[in-house]
Formats: sequence, C-alpha cells, structure tokens
Amino acid sequence: MSESTAELQSLLKRAEALYHDMHFGAVRAWKDAEPGRRAVGILPVWFPRELIHAAGMLPVSVMGGGDDVEIIKGDAYFQSYICHLPRSTMEMSLNGGLDMLDAMIFPSICDVIRNLSGMWQLLFPDRPAWYFDMPQSSDAIGRRFCGRELAELRDALGALAGSSIEDDVLRESVRLYNENRRLVEALYETRRERPWLCPTSELYVVLRAGNVLPVEEHNAMLRSYAELAGGAERHAIDNARVVVVGSFCEQPPLNLIRTIERAGCYIVDDDLLLGNRLVRGDVPDSDDPLDTIVGTFIDHAREASFLYRPADKGAELVQGLEACRAEGVLFCAPSFCDPALLDQPMLVEAVEEAGIPHTSFKYAENTGQFQVIREQAGTFADSIKLWGAA
Amino acid sequence: MSTASGNTVGMDSSMALQKQMLARHYDRLSRAEEEGRACAYTFVPGNLTELLLSFDILPVLPEINALQNAMRKKSRDYIATAEKLGHSEDVCTYVKCDLGMAKSGNVGPTGERLPDPSVLLLSYTGCFTFMKWFEILKQEYDCPIAMLHVPYQGAGAATRNMRDYVVEQLKENVIPQLEAVTGKRYDEDRLSEHLAASARAEDDFVAVLESAKHKPSPIDAYFGGVYYISPIFTAFRGTPEAESYYETLREEVQERIGGGLGPITPEGTLPEERYRLVVEGPPCWTNFRDLWKMFYDEGAVVVASTYTKVGGIYDNGFRHDPSRPLESLAEYCLGCYTNLNLPSRTDMIVKYVEDYDADGFLVNSVKSCNSFSAGQLLILRQVEERTGRPGGFFESDLVDPRYFSGANVKNRLESYFQMVEQKRSAVRSLS
Ligand code: SF4
Ligand code: SF4
Repeated sequence: MSESTAELQSLLKRAEALYHDMHFGAVRAWKDAEPGRRAVGILPVWFPRELIHAAGMLPVSVMGGGDDVEIIKGDAYFQSYICHLPRSTMEMSLNGGLDMLDAMIFPSICDVIRNLSGMWQLLFPDRPAWYFDMPQSSDAIGRRFCGRELAELRDALGALAGSSIEDDVLRESVRLYNENRRLVEALYETRRERPWLCPTSELYVVLRAGNVLPVEEHNAMLRSYAELAGGAERHAIDNARVVVVGSFCEQPPLNLIRTIERAGCYIVDDDLLLGNRLVRGDVPDSDDPLDTIVGTFIDHAREASFLYRPADKGAELVQGLEACRAEGVLFCAPSFCDPALLDQPMLVEAVEEAGIPHTSFKYAENTGQFQVIREQAGTFADSIKLWGAA
Repeated sequence: MSTASGNTVGMDSSMALQKQMLARHYDRLSRAEEEGRACAYTFVPGNLTELLLSFDILPVLPEINALQNAMRKKSRDYIATAEKLGHSEDVCTYVKCDLGMAKSGNVGPTGERLPDPSVLLLSYTGCFTFMKWFEILKQEYDCPIAMLHVPYQGAGAATRNMRDYVVEQLKENVIPQLEAVTGKRYDEDRLSEHLAASARAEDDFVAVLESAKHKPSPIDAYFGGVYYISPIFTAFRGTPEAESYYETLREEVQERIGGGLGPITPEGTLPEERYRLVVEGPPCWTNFRDLWKMFYDEGAVVVASTYTKVGGIYDNGFRHDPSRPLESLAEYCLGCYTNLNLPSRTDMIVKYVEDYDADGFLVNSVKSCNSFSAGQLLILRQVEERTGRPGGFFESDLVDPRYFSGANVKNRLESYFQMVEQKRSAVRSLS
C-alpha cells in the first residue's frame, strides 16, 4: 500500500469512527481540553454555526442515532407513525449521550423537530433549548424578522459563553465557514466530474465529521481528503449517474449509501447533510455580519422541502440534474417525513417533465435490510445503462 | 384541523341557525363564479376571516371540506385518488382528501361544485403541512398565493418581534394582494366593524365553553364542541349571523344549566354524568358518531378539549380588538393552539383538568397530524404527574377510515374507565 493510500485509509477510518461514535467522544475531548468550554447542539437542517463558533463554543450537529443506537426508551415517547430521528435523539438524551451539550437549537423544518424542542424544554428544563424560526417570507420583511430573532440568539449564546459576540470575531468565524463551504463544494464538484475518485460513502463520512469537529480541524480534514482522493489510483466504471433527493434530515444508514453504490450507481449529487450547503457560496464580508448572514440565506438558500417555494416547483432540481449530467433520480426519503414526502409528487412531476427517469423508496435511519433497495437500485441502474431510461 | 357542522346534532334553535348559515354559505359559493365573486381558499388556524369579509371575499376552508367529506363517507375514495397520483400513505390525510376532491371535479361535500380560488391565502399557523398543501394546490390553480408566515411560540410567548413581523406581512404582502385580487381598497373601518362583532360573539362562545364547569356539564366540549366552534372558526367570525348564533346558543346552555340537564348527544340527552374528561387531539371524522356513542355509553362527558382551541384560544381572555385591527389579527394568529409550544400546551391541559374538575384526560392521537401528535405521549405523562389523575390514549385518523379500529378503541376506553374507577375507590378508601 502506498503512503498516500495508507493516509487516505487512515483519514477515512477516523471519519467513520466519528460517524459511529454516538457518545460524541470528540466533542467531550474538545470540551475537556480546556476548562469552561461549551458545546451547542443543532438539530437538522440549518443554523448559522458561525454564531456559535464566534462565541468560542463548539457547534455540534445532531442528526439522530443512525443504526448505532438501540432504542429502548425512545419508542415510549413517539407513536409508530412518527419518523425515527426523534426517537434516537430522545434515547441519547435520556441515556446521557448528549449531556455534553450545554444548549440545543431546534431549527424550524417540520412539526416533529418543532415539538421536539418543547419536549426537550420539558425534560431538561435546566439546559437552554432554542427554537429558531427560519423566515418563510423571502423578502425584506423576512430578513428583518430573522435578523431580530438571530440577534436575540446571539445575545443568548453570548450569555451562555460568558462574553458577548463581537462583530469582528463573527466575521472571522464567517471566513472559516466560508472556507468550509468552499471545500465542501469543491468535493461535490470533484464527485460530479469524477465520481470514482470520491465515492459518496467516503465523502459522506468525511463531511459528517464536520458535525462534531471544530471547523478549523474539519477544514484541514477536507483539504487532506481532497488531495488524497484526488490523487488516488481509481478507475471509472460504467455506473449510472444518479442524484439522491429527500434525505436532508434523518439520514440513511451508511450501509444504504454503500448499497446504492454497489448496485451500480454513482451518486453525483444529493441533499444529505444539506446544512453544509443550504446556503450557496460565500457569506460576504461586511460591517454587519449578522445581517449579511441572514441576507445570504434569504437570497441564496437552495430549494428545499422545508422552505416555501410555491412557484417553479422542482425547477432548481431539474437544473441541478442537468448540471451534473444525472441519468436518474433516487427519491430516497425517511418514512413518515412530512416535508420530503409532501414535496415528492411535485418534484416527481418536474423530473418527469424533464424526461429524467426516477425511482423511489423510503428508509429509516436504523434500516438494517438492504436487499430490496439493492435490487431496486440495481434494476434502476441497469435499465438506465441498457435502455437509457428506467 | 377544523370543525364540523351541518349535521343534525345540537341544540334546537342554535342548530337550526347554524344549518341555515352553512346552507347559505355553500349556496353563495356555488354561485360565486357566475356572480364574479372572489373566493379565498384558506385554513382554519390563523384564519383572517374578518379581513376577507372586509374585501367581500368568500372563504373556502379545505379542512372543513375534507372533514365534511369524511362524515359523508366520501374521503376514502378521494384519498385513494391522491395516493394513486403518487401521494404517500404516510402524510396528512386532509391534504390527500382535498386533492382527491379537486381532482374529482371539486364538488364540495354538499354536492355543489366549489369555485376555483381567486387567491390561495396561506395562513401558515401551527403546522408545516399547510405550506406544502398550498404548494400542491398552487400546481392546480392559476391564481396568486399570499403567504402569511406566523412564527411559532417556541419559547412560550408571542414576542413583539413576532407580532411586528406578522403585521408587516399583512400590510406589505397580504393586503396588497387582496386589493389586487378584488380591485378594492383596504377599508380599515370595515375591518374594525367585523372585529367588534367577533369580540361580541367570542364573549358568548367563552361563556358556552365555560358552562362545562357546572355539574352536570350542559355541554360536551369535544363532540358537541366541534359544532359550537364551527361558525367562529370558519367563514362566519365577524358576521351578525355568528353573533346571533352564539347569543342563542348561550341562552340555550343557560336553560340547560337551569334544568340540571346534561349535554345533547345523537342518542339524546346524556342521562347521567359518570366521568368528566379533558380530551387532547382532533376528532376522528370518519367514525365521529361511533366514538361519541362509546363515550355516551360510559356516561363520559368531555368538559374541555384542546381541539376547540385550534382556530383560536379565547378562554384565556384574548378578544379581537377593533381598535388595533392588524395587531389584534396578528395576536390571534400567534395564539392558536398548535402554535403553542409543548410546555404551554401541557400547562393548558393541566389547568383544564383542575378548573373543570375532570376525572382524567384522554389523548386521541391522529396519525395524520404531527403538529398535534409529536410529543403527545410526553404531555400525557406530564399531565398525569402534575394532576395525579389518570391519562389514557387511543389512536385513529382524521379522515382516513383505514386507521380506525372500533374494537381497539373500545377496549382502550373500557380499560381507561376501569382505571378511573380504581383511582376513585383508592381515593374513597383513603378518606
Ligand atoms: S425526518 Fe422529516 S419528519 Fe422527521 S424530523 Fe426530519 S424533517 Fe421532520
Ligand atoms: S398536519 Fe394536522 S394541522 Fe396540519 S393540515 Fe394536517 S391535520 Fe391540519
């Protein structure tokens, strides 16, 4: 094994270990390294992590327990027709698995996460839990509202950290997260162009490491991965180029991503870990960084099921499919996920109008059986390759 | 979520009044297109009825159509139509029932064709599905869509920032769109007149709800409650008809209190009040009467419910205020039940159990509605702990008959009432 191959393997091993560590050892280690350090949890999908970073705290994205958390207590809190993410999140909370988080932020993406914020408040009254209402009116009014909401959160985060968040510190945090966004975008670009160099099952764990690592460290990891994967001796095979849609919140298990790949698909775009890329491009440097963060979100957020987009539904998806020369779409949503599943028929219509083949299936984060999905994805990939349409 | 009406349960003249109001409304809707009258499709929670009335716009409430279709056994086919079109079995059945109806000729529950919307007024209060629902309808209709984003009371209060945001949207987005649709100027005096009428009806409505503090309760605040909320939650808030409906209803309730009578039910007046309950969650419309009969057979009366607060909470003192029209509409929208966070919902149920001296409370957990259902099991535990009174739980759906199992619900209820009895005898043996 060459030195760079070994280095790549070791990087991936670390990233995958972080992915599986539902005790959040990396976060605990970061906190233990210096007295007084604090960490703040964020539920999917998006919150400006810059704000937490600027308060000297660690933003930690909590995306459920995947298939690594056995549900013993969590099911007693949710009816059978509610998705899986809140069960595992509850399980971890009740088991002390999230006790290193000094506060939690619940962004407004669906009624389940919204109500989970209240459950957290009831169960852990001593730990701050904030609900963050993203603006749905994408104009100056929404911008003012969101700006005022974030200003309040900025004060609350400052109070938790013990010092107020200054603009110049926030600008520096914005700069670091801009770099993070650029590195992520570059990897997506690499995968679009040469998916064999940057398989999604790898890219995913590397990106996911950013859920728990400080941004500086994650940026370094992204740079190394880009270099090592870009230089790896890997050869293209005749896979179908597909895009995964609907997996923005509860995440499919890693083995499901691998199953799709093994079934003959290159995933050339997706909405996994969407918080990393929800806002396109850089947040520009400015004298009023908070307002600029809000403005960039309002003007440059991607189309997503939890954001109001009444017109041209699916147009952005179709454009994206064309841009990455996708040959098919896998609508791949968590069971009982309202935003994804309510959106899906509208997106399907747009994709059909564009003449792009698609197939759909549902999963839960702890799905353990992949045979059916393997067959479905395999048949889909084969039909694309054989006939150019499913 | 929403309300029932138009069926034959209720109280004498008030029910007759309500039936006439509804018949007139559906009749007006059926003639709206030929008369060139503007219609807005809009939702019950956070509805802006007075504002629409001030523009002479007729409201059409898709939730009401869905539940009415369920009560008339039409929802199963509509849901099947939507599912055939690719809508998931996992999502809210109101949406699928409504879409199925639209795809089947948009004939409303009374058999008359509903007008196409002149505007989709998306009052986005207390539920994310509303947003998706109207995105879906926007694909069906070539009309403008006006969005009113009502922030959630995540920290347990409606803040100044939230209220200002709603008012700004009303001023800068919603009203100009209604002006454009109707060609009429916004008339604040007219709006205030409607709001004053709302406030008067709200006084009477609260008196009716609070009459359940009497023993025996003269009303059922869940099954009967859905009839009482109907005018004020729908197209009639702010009208003289609604005012006289609530005046009449209040008088009838007073008479029942005077006569020591229990609530009217489809089986007749409840002869003996054996259990006083608080209920959380929407009704199951497909089997509404079956469920009510199960309660009746046990002598159970619902003395307070959260469902009768989805279209506005008035028993906390809130009234529409004609002197601050837009601010008051904003406060109304912010204060609807499912826009409250879970601690506030829990506090409210605890208060109902105590204020109405209930024996316990029950959750009807409906599959469709995450807005209501996510977290209900924790609410249940918390209320039990805080009141010391037994909580119970059963599952159903709003308008999808596939999710109602009469035998299961009956078993659940029987065990629940046994639990209440055990609790009572334990208390008796202690005292
Ligand atoms: S998976 Fe879907 S329904 Fe569940 S919490 Fe996430 S967005 Fe909400
Ligand atoms: S999810 Fe609940 S509140 Fe939302 S539209 Fe459906 S029934 Fe109404």
